[in-house]
Amino acid sequence: MKEPSNLKEDVEYWRWHEYHRVVEGKKWTSKDIITAGVDVGSVGSKAAIMINGEAYSWGITRTGSNSPESAKKALDFALEGTGLKVSDLKYIVGTGYGRVNVPMANKAITEIACHAKGANYIWGPSVRTVLDVGGQDIKAIRADETGRVVSFLMNDKCAAGTGRGMEVFADLLKIPIEEIGDISLKIEEEPPPVSCTCVAFAKTEAMGLLRKGWSKEKVLAAYTRAMAVRMANLINRVGLEKELVVTGGQSKNIGIVSRIEVILGVKTLPMPKWRESGLDPMVAGALGAALFAKALYEKDQKS
Amino acid sequence: MKNMITHYGYTDGSGEYYIVIDTDRCNGCGKCVKECPQSALQLETMFIDLEDKTVASVSEEHRKKIKYTCSSCKPERNSAPCVLACEGKAIRCVWNSR
Repeated sequence: MKEPSNLKEDVEYWRWHEYHRVVEGKKWTSKDIITAGVDVGSVGSKAAIMINGEAYSWGITRTGSNSPESAKKALDFALEGTGLKVSDLKYIVGTGYGRVNVPMANKAITEIACHAKGANYIWGPSVRTVLDVGGQDIKAIRADETGRVVSFLMNDKCAAGTGRGMEVFADLLKIPIEEIGDISLKIEEEPPPVSCTCVAFAKTEAMGLLRKGWSKEKVLAAYTRAMAVRMANLINRVGLEKELVVTGGQSKNIGIVSRIEVILGVKTLPMPKWRESGLDPMVAGALGAALFAKALYEKDQKS
Repeated sequence: MKNMITHYGYTDGSGEYYIVIDTDRCNGCGKCVKECPQSALQLETMFIDLEDKTVASVSEEHRKKIKYTCSSCKPERNSAPCVLACEGKAIRCVWNSR
């Protein structure tokens, strides 16, 4: 795993881990069906490469102001160290918020379908409910054993209760984003949730609580709780069916995931060990897109 | 195989507001799009079972303010013009104010 050097004087608390990985021990030949999925989200851009429908490499980077460039950056990041070129890819599917702006893609597919497929790949056929918490929206998806979507709900009223909202809170409380989940659990008693998950109002409310003498941990717990309540509501709307999994950047926020489990009274399937060698739930959409890319390539070959 | 159901809308402090479309019952005829007095509906290409299918959806612009967009059609009675226009009974409203 390669990490970018991050020795800046000004600490950017919201900044999360951009990285790429090539799965060890896997080799490709020109006979293989090599496909890619590029998921350009509002905050993160992810690309995944698959060999014959099995994960080979991926890259996760921050989305810039320009979708086509972010798509290219993510895909180049995923290709790094594989010896593959874009021209070796048999089929590329673009997905996510910026999917129509993925210039190298053969096709664009909505992220709902890709997330369900990707979650099915990561956790297996027992997955029935997928909560995807992205940078600027939350999706609750119900899927069957093949990863086909049977019901979905997208909540994009505002950035409330999303990854971007968490970044704003990380900055406000001066807590690195990757520690925010653990820190939100370092409390003796769960405080009542903040009354509004709207980032702008919640920020004002949080500053008021800090002034009242609440600890950072407690304020963070109150905000995280409010987000988790909102997410649990969405899941209930589409209908909770076990097994439940969380994808997207916030799947790494243990504060969110553990609170959702408490509210809904179910356990989520265990998080893959993405820091070591496991698949990363943040790449679920890109993996799903790469799987569809393989299926579409094979379909084209037949016709 | 279960039908794929899409939900557009949100739950907030005042209640829950959703336009629910069954994408398997929807044949993409576009009658609901024409009947909607707020121009809130659109036809969209969705990827279902490795095929592109044209189905009705709520436009992105209106998803965020659906409570206000749809209120004049009295969605709580489930007899909004879009619901009545659909021959396949693919559209319903879930409207509960607290």
